[in-house]
Amino acid sequence: MSAMSDDRSGSGGLNRPRSNSDSPGRRALRRFLRHRLAVFGLVVVVLFLLAALLAPWLSPADPLQTSWTAIRKPPSAAHWFGTDENGRDVLSRVLHGARASMAAGVLSVTVALLIGVPIGVLAGLAGGWVDAVIARVADAMLSVPFLILAIALAAFLGPALENAMLAIAITASPIFVRLARGMALEARATDWLEAARALGNPPWRLGLVHVLPNIVPPLLVQATLSIAEAIIAEASLSFLGLGQQPPAPSWGSMLNSAQRFLTQAPWLAVFPGLAIFLVVLAFNLVGDGLRDALDPRGERR
Amino acid sequence: MLGWLLRRIGQIVPTLLILSVLIFGLQQLMPGDPALILAGEERGDPQVLAQIRAELRLDRPLPEQYLHWVGRAVQGDFGFSWRIREPVAALILEKLPVTFQLAVMAFVIALLIGIPAGIVSAVRRDRPTDWLVNGVALFGISMPNFWLGIMMILLFSVQLGWLPPSGYVPLSEDPVQSLATTIMPAFVLGSGIAGVLMRHTRAAMLGALAQDYVRTARAKGLAERAVVGRHALRNALIPVVTLGTIEFGRLLAGAVLTEQIFTIPGFGKLIVDAVFNRDYPVVQGVVMATALIFVGLSLVADLLYMAVNPRLRAG
Repeated sequence: MSAMSDDRSGSGGLNRPRSNSDSPGRRALRRFLRHRLAVFGLVVVVLFLLAALLAPWLSPADPLQTSWTAIRKPPSAAHWFGTDENGRDVLSRVLHGARASMAAGVLSVTVALLIGVPIGVLAGLAGGWVDAVIARVADAMLSVPFLILAIALAAFLGPALENAMLAIAITASPIFVRLARGMALEARATDWLEAARALGNPPWRLGLVHVLPNIVPPLLVQATLSIAEAIIAEASLSFLGLGQQPPAPSWGSMLNSAQRFLTQAPWLAVFPGLAIFLVVLAFNLVGDGLRDALDPRGERR
Repeated sequence: MLGWLLRRIGQIVPTLLILSVLIFGLQQLMPGDPALILAGEERGDPQVLAQIRAELRLDRPLPEQYLHWVGRAVQGDFGFSWRIREPVAALILEKLPVTFQLAVMAFVIALLIGIPAGIVSAVRRDRPTDWLVNGVALFGISMPNFWLGIMMILLFSVQLGWLPPSGYVPLSEDPVQSLATTIMPAFVLGSGIAGVLMRHTRAAMLGALAQDYVRTARAKGLAERAVVGRHALRNALIPVVTLGTIEFGRLLAGAVLTEQIFTIPGFGKLIVDAVFNRDYPVVQGVVMATALIFVGLSLVADLLYMAVNPRLRAG
């Protein structure tokens, strides 16, 4: 397979003739797999998901176990990532921190999808004043930068990981409303939807059976990119003390306390940050790959 | 043109009104009674509590509270900070210039990196230079602001001792010191935007280079430099200008954590401090002000787009 130099140039369509039995899904999968960076991203994502799920078994130590004999020890054979200001094992804390991050990323975006997509499809199919109101509310929310809206929501909800996740989910939902609404509007104008309506299908069936399958590809791309944004937002909120509460480990709050020991213990700031960077990079790579795979002609934003 | 402007403003006004309802509604999410927070030590005294409630109109029905709040917000009055009895609007106006300096510097850095990088990567499409530039851009986009900031402090302040790790000196006081205190945070803020601008520029340049007029310019024997610079770039920059204006608004969000890390007393630090102090009117004011700036910038972006693209002026 000539995988060389093929990334995102959009020339994938000329490679070989396709048989008619090739489903669009399989074609997209093949395009995605040819995108080597995206595959790398997917591997990293899976590794982090495994780290989050298996953290209690993978960790060499208890992430909360303090030790007065091992305070701020640099990385060594006993503690690969060193120890923190309370003598806790940083590797174990980074592994457990993956739980907060991945949960915030994946769960918040799932909730955002569950809120945003039905509302968007409803708006697009209903039209009229329902649509006008929903579209304006989405516009209003999108006119506040992501992090500022999330901070404001989290501030009023109170500092806790669940509240931070809820704040992120609410903040992430309008983009899905807008996306789903646009696709539903497009679908509404088609003949086949008109036909389905004429056959007496109720509106919920129109949305579920006739609109939703068509909007899965763009939603998938946006969801992946939103997860990257949600992970950064969770880390930011935890960094500010609005997310995961200490002593429970999260990458953001670890970075916050690391800031006080930059001169004495720089490794404390390196590993949690590296983890955030890698997982965000990985989700962005997967998102880019999905975009190219699902819409080979489409320009990149 | 005027008609278009009026229509556009006609869209903006309801958006802002809805936003004001949402921001006002934030208060209802709050666990506990705001009067109790405000009363502080005197929380046991029912008379004090009643007085505070009357002062803040917390004893009135919600719609009335909202109308009062929005009526004053329209006049630029976002109420008083609970913490330091100062008008919220004055606090915002006091902090905004600091963040503005930071944002302008960040934006200049982003333009200086992002646009040339985007041009180079479009011209050298699918070659190692293109991959390298794309890789660096993705790096910039995925790097969390606050981690990059901490790593830069570690390198340039702790290890090398070249730059102060925190603090801020106003430009009017000492320009050199002011630049020294803002260059790192500006770079941190600008790096992500540089990546986004690079991607926009690359996409727009690839589009422009595929146009007929570029082929004509090449066919008539124009030097490649002139083809790229004079013909393709000018047209490619149109969408980049628009998108760039909107990215400028995003700098405000980035400033929140960047200012926190470098302890710069700007707009972002204002909202964080307000969150810590449970100074809710300031939080609401900052969110509303951000939205105003953001909406204003997208209007400017549309106007710029019209200005550089004459075909749209008639519509």
